[in-house]
Amino acid sequence: MMDLARDASFPAATRIFEEGGEADRFWIIRSGTVALDVHVPGRGRAVVETIGTGDLLGWSWLCPPRQWHLGAETRTPVVAWEFDAPAVRALCVERPALGLALVTLVAETIGDRLRATRTRLLDLYGPSTGGPASCL
Amino acid sequence: MSLIPRPYRVVDRREETHDTVTFVLDPAGEPVDVFAPGQFAMLYAFGVGEIPVSLSRAPGGRRLTHTVRAVGAVSRALCGLTAGAFVGVRGPFGTPWDIEAARGRDLLVIGGGIGLAPLRPLIDTVLAQPYRFGRLNVLAGARTPDDLLFKDEFPAWGKPFSAVTVDRPSDDWGGRVGVVTTLVHEARFRPGRTIAFLCGPEVMIRATARELIRRGVRPSHVQVSLERTMRCATGHCGHCQLGPLLLCRDGPVVGYDLAEPLLTVREL
Ligand SMILES: Cc1cc2nc3c(=O)[nH]c(=O)nc-3n(C[C@H](O)[C@H](O)[C@H](O)COP(=O)(O)OP(=O)(O)OC[C@H]3O[C@@H](n4cnc5c(N)ncnc54)[C@H](O)[C@@H]3O)c2cc1C
Ligand code: FES
Repeated sequence: MMDLARDASFPAATRIFEEGGEADRFWIIRSGTVALDVHVPGRGRAVVETIGTGDLLGWSWLCPPRQWHLGAETRTPVVAWEFDAPAVRALCVERPALGLALVTLVAETIGDRLRATRTRLLDLYGPSTGGPASCL
Repeated sequence: MSLIPRPYRVVDRREETHDTVTFVLDPAGEPVDVFAPGQFAMLYAFGVGEIPVSLSRAPGGRRLTHTVRAVGAVSRALCGLTAGAFVGVRGPFGTPWDIEAARGRDLLVIGGGIGLAPLRPLIDTVLAQPYRFGRLNVLAGARTPDDLLFKDEFPAWGKPFSAVTVDRPSDDWGGRVGVVTTLVHEARFRPGRTIAFLCGPEVMIRATARELIRRGVRPSHVQVSLERTMRCATGHCGHCQLGPLLLCRDGPVVGYDLAEPLLTVREL
């Protein structure tokens, strides 16, 4: 699969993709940090997660409707391997064992992010019962 | 170990965040014995009650430093004390961080929320003798950027790596967003030669310990600090029981090899 990889680099504060855009590529980050965001009316872009070295950027290319669910912007300069999604999907059809291995890897990433999101939903660090006045 | 509260005077008070305060206490009479990092005191707010609170700065002489988050009656009363006020102190209680075990090894120090406070004396100790240890990594998670503790100290901590992440960023937050486990893969450590020290909410401890073990750190090399309600702190009342352990005596610091099977058993 690495034969399909291209080197890519982005300066800090670059929009890599936008929510709703066509998900035709994905990246494996070799260094740097990317913020994933969602547009909130009246507030602008709200960051929901940051990802970094070794992480997969983008999995919306795998399943229809193949549109980005989130936007992505570099926080620092980023160096990545970039993959052309239609070419990777075609390779998976041609070589099902590789396809299964790839889907398993992507599912693992999605599972990790789902677990992390659920943990954050628990609001573990919790607000104190009061706020400023409670302490003083 | 002092079993009756000894009077201490608040000599310094610093507001860390909107609900968390650090105090420096000086003995107003006979001091309690010297604490080791990881141990805790029972702090008595006169007329309100007594709670367990860890040491939050490496012991320096007879002085004690504690960091308290206001969550209920007693912690709120302690947070409200100003310089000159008195508190009662019993202790030291419990097991300390086993810092000797980290000699010559890499360290992962991972704290969530107020859990960073009991880890700070450990970081102080390591930074005071860097030649005895391998690489120091300090990872911290907080609810929001405003809830992060000890912000000014972070740049000096991680050698080579320190990082913080928040669950809920403010609009102007330029740092990481996500759970603290997501920082682990950026840390610089050799899994087979690493000791990890974890303190924070129990769900965070379990998730982080699992991630470290998946990366090759031995469960017995993951030390966790656990919390249960405490009353006597001397192993008599049973309030702090976790399976066969009394956490006031056999904890709060426990190896994850011992803690893991107990944490997955639901309380009755
Ligand atoms: C060994 C040990 C070391 C500790 N070290 C520190 C420390 O360094 N700094 C510090 O601020 N706290 C520390 N704690 C926690 C502290 O003891 C509790 O926050 C305190 O007992 C709460 O008492 P309270 O009367 O203020 O609140 P309570 O009225 O008892 O509780 C008020 C609310 O807070 C919740 N609560 C109670 N205890 C905890 C807890 N441990 N964690 C999260 N929520 C809780 C309760 O469920 C309740 O909703 C430690 C606890 C232990 C066992
Ligand atoms: S607090 Fe009483 S036995 Fe531990």
